[in-house]
Amino acid sequence: MVEQFGIELIQSLKNFLPEITLTLTLAFVIILDLIFGRKVRNIGAYVSLVGLAVTSFFTVKQYGGTYQIFRAMFVVDSYSTFFKFIFILSAFIIIVFSLQSYELKETSARRRLGEYYFLILSLTLGAFLMAGSVNLLMMYLSLELVSISSYILAGYIKESERSSEASMKYVIYGALSSGLMLYGISLIYGLTGELNIYAINASLLSSGYSPIVLLIALILMLAGFGYKISAVPFHYWTPDVYEGAPITVTAFLSVSSKAAGFAMLVRFLKASFIDRTVTVGIEGAWAIIQGLPWTEIIAILSALTMTVGNIIAIWQNNLKRMLAYSSIAHAGYILMGVVVAQNLGISAMLLYFLAYLFMNLGAFYCVMVVAEKTGSEDIEVYKGLGYRMPFLGVAFTIFLVSLTGIPPTFGFVGKLYLFSALINAKVIWLAVVGVLNSVVSLYYYIRVVRNMFLRDPELEKSPIALSTVHIAVILVLLIPTLLFGVYFGPIVDLAQSSVAMFGLR
Amino acid sequence: MQILGIGILTWIVFLPILAMILVLLVPKGREIWIKWISVVATGIQVILAVVLLLNYRYDLAGINTLEGFQFVEKYRWIDVSGVAWFGRIVIEYFLGVDGLSMPMVVLTALICFIGSIASWELPKAKGYYALYLLLDTGMMGVFVALDFFLFYIFWEVMLLPMYFLIGIWGGPRREYAAIKFFIYTLLGSVLMLLVMIGLYFSTSIIDPVTGEKVHTFNMLAMMDPKNYEPGAIFSGLHTTWRYIAYIALFIGFAIKVPIVPFHTWLPDAHVEAPTPISVILAGVLLKMGTYGMLRISFPIFPDGMLKYALPMAILGFINIVYGALAAMAQEDFKKLIAYSSISHMGYVVLGMAALNTQGVTGAIMQMFNHGTITAMLFLIVGVLYDRAHTRGLYEFGGLANQMPKYFGIVIVAFFAALGLPGLSGFISEAFVFLGAFQTYKWIAIFSATGVIITAGYILWTTQRLFFGQLPDRWKNLPDINARELVTLVPLAIIVIFLGVYPSPLINLMNTSVNHLVRFVSEMGQAGGMQIGILP
Repeated sequence: MVEQFGIELIQSLKNFLPEITLTLTLAFVIILDLIFGRKVRNIGAYVSLVGLAVTSFFTVKQYGGTYQIFRAMFVVDSYSTFFKFIFILSAFIIIVFSLQSYELKETSARRRLGEYYFLILSLTLGAFLMAGSVNLLMMYLSLELVSISSYILAGYIKESERSSEASMKYVIYGALSSGLMLYGISLIYGLTGELNIYAINASLLSSGYSPIVLLIALILMLAGFGYKISAVPFHYWTPDVYEGAPITVTAFLSVSSKAAGFAMLVRFLKASFIDRTVTVGIEGAWAIIQGLPWTEIIAILSALTMTVGNIIAIWQNNLKRMLAYSSIAHAGYILMGVVVAQNLGISAMLLYFLAYLFMNLGAFYCVMVVAEKTGSEDIEVYKGLGYRMPFLGVAFTIFLVSLTGIPPTFGFVGKLYLFSALINAKVIWLAVVGVLNSVVSLYYYIRVVRNMFLRDPELEKSPIALSTVHIAVILVLLIPTLLFGVYFGPIVDLAQSSVAMFGLR
Repeated sequence: MQILGIGILTWIVFLPILAMILVLLVPKGREIWIKWISVVATGIQVILAVVLLLNYRYDLAGINTLEGFQFVEKYRWIDVSGVAWFGRIVIEYFLGVDGLSMPMVVLTALICFIGSIASWELPKAKGYYALYLLLDTGMMGVFVALDFFLFYIFWEVMLLPMYFLIGIWGGPRREYAAIKFFIYTLLGSVLMLLVMIGLYFSTSIIDPVTGEKVHTFNMLAMMDPKNYEPGAIFSGLHTTWRYIAYIALFIGFAIKVPIVPFHTWLPDAHVEAPTPISVILAGVLLKMGTYGMLRISFPIFPDGMLKYALPMAILGFINIVYGALAAMAQEDFKKLIAYSSISHMGYVVLGMAALNTQGVTGAIMQMFNHGTITAMLFLIVGVLYDRAHTRGLYEFGGLANQMPKYFGIVIVAFFAALGLPGLSGFISEAFVFLGAFQTYKWIAIFSATGVIITAGYILWTTQRLFFGQLPDRWKNLPDINARELVTLVPLAIIVIFLGVYPSPLINLMNTSVNHLVRFVSEMGQAGGMQIGILP
């Protein structure tokens, strides 16, 4: 018995190497920062980058395998591995951003940089766990790991009132929604007596259930998920937190924590609330469990999220706040992939996340550079900026165009696949809402472009020089945004082969 | 036909992009190089268009048969192998021309060349010409793409350059005009996107290489009902979804034409845009809408076309009369030309709706002729505005003696717009009416009032500008200069030549038009639909 447990444990640990590497890295970050932190200020960042590189090595090795480890607590499959790539990429890029961030250099935060990188890594670890957990308790714990790391990160600039306020709001909303989610979990546990999502599904199918209770449980759980992915009506924290937090943290939250929420939500829905006894005529489609119309609920959530996000974004003059609402709208677009309950939708969602990673981080980076050079994130300082920093102006325009979803950019390809999934499943109304939202979103994205190129600079007119590092970082994000807009074959291939989830067709 | 191993159509489409890269590399202070690079590049484009024309085979129809297309280039662009739950994705780089696209290719090359000469004195030359050349690629690509996806990419690539060209180099209300243009066109194109995706999932062809069934964006495959999968959203004929798709596509293209009531972006965009951009807008961009209908809507949705032919003819009538009436009410010279553009595009719509050889021939001829005539008109406005810095019609008078050469050119353009026999506008309008009269007698008769109103505002404008007393402040207006003549005279020659001897243009499109008309009517009538005739 003990012997068998030992074998299992070793097997599990072998397939847990990326997470173990991350854990070791974050331990190293703290220790090395304590020892060398005074001499080499950014040692945490360098250690983290190395650690992430090693993690990505193990993650690549894992790709394609499917196993269940730690006694059905956690799974490794292509789906979670794909999301792990996204988390690694985004953490890597964010650490590079942070190395140049003026907010971290010029405030008291510069004395606490070790902890900053520690938190970035712990958030990434939490996201890794969220992508792979199949047990409701494990899901809840990893969600909390992500949340707690992000609470601290959001308030990292102590002397900034906005930053502290953001953190405070984040904690309060977070506590409420995770409380609701726990309540949902307890209802499901009461209904089925199981915590493993596959077991929950089996129990629901074999011994029946009360649809009303299940619906209530689902809605309560959605409060938790919706909060992580900032879906309307659980989005209220987003603008304040995104505006108040340091830009690097905002960018990180908008990608990693959102992607983790989606990873978990889709796995939860697909594993628990489908009817495996029924076969649907269409290949790659799942039968929805009786009496629980969750695709309709998600469809309404999606339509609401993108519409509210886009319409409020029109009125924003602070770029960070505008990008916050835009990220809400993008959550709405991504939800469209969930609505169809088909593998095609999931692959579209994965593809969109890759596109979103590059274009959204690119946009945030441009805002960061401009804020560093001009000291403000207000749309007013962008007047004539295209002539003062032509390279950044053009790059920012391309990122915004990609966010709008106009070809030839990666953002367009992402949207194309989302709409394709909807039309293939004949959910035409949502596709129409989606495209109309794209048109609305053009208006606020193009406002920035208008200020950059159509208006003349008001006070300062001198050109602003960009360092080589700035240009290099922008290029690293810009090239995929354009390249995958024209040649997207391989990336679609990757997204399509990554939908495989453990134990599910 | 290849040059350096690359197909001639690829050259004609991507040459401007090469020139754009060169323009961006030109060092500061050498603006003159930029201008020459652009003029030479667009000049080579004209030469390539002439080469195409000389090698064009008049007996091939195109439309829905691959063999009928000429200078075809067909390569795999995106190829994603299938998975268990989703088939293989194939998107092709597929170019070719037939009688519908050939006139448009020539027109685009010509207008872009003239536009780049007309842009000579605009400030910020580097940015301007870079965007201008990108726009050129987008427009040329739309007219030669035969894969819907590729078509859509080219269609959208144009938007951003146009936004900047109006927004940066435009008049006082340029910001408003630019964003209005952008939002209207994007709204149209997202509707097109949805229809495109729907068509993709509805049609599938057998891949000749592997023998597996693949969905396709190939327009020619979408025209064949045999390729539609049973149970797909657009399969069958005369289904509700097909009608909805036809209407969505129609709105998408109608915004570009523009067909009333989707026209309000046009007067703003035209008035605010700098002269060469107005020339491009009126000369080429508007044709993309009607070209899209002929290339995509009609052959892919013949049932929808026949069902809604009558409303389309009525819209054409409204365009003609409303545009002409609105033009009559304008006091701004440029706005007058903008509304006259709407009126003239109405003839195209009316001719297409008639769906017979005369009508469609007239429509395509009108597309070409309107391209040349309106380009002239906008250049003419530009000449006057550059000198007087005002466009108020009531502020002028007696210019005929002050600027005699200018007057001579203007009269050619004005009379061509008015439809005077002997000039190209007359021929195309006559064909449109010949066609429309057979199908919609009364609509054709009522539309003919548009010709009278046009004569009214054109003559009235001539009177206000050129006759009567010359105000003192215009005593020193110089006559038209050599560079402006270079832009106007070739167009005037074409207008006169095609007015006297239109057969080269008619022969160019004849086979394709006959084939298109026969194809659409037979396909549409297969389900018992007849073209609507007013009692």
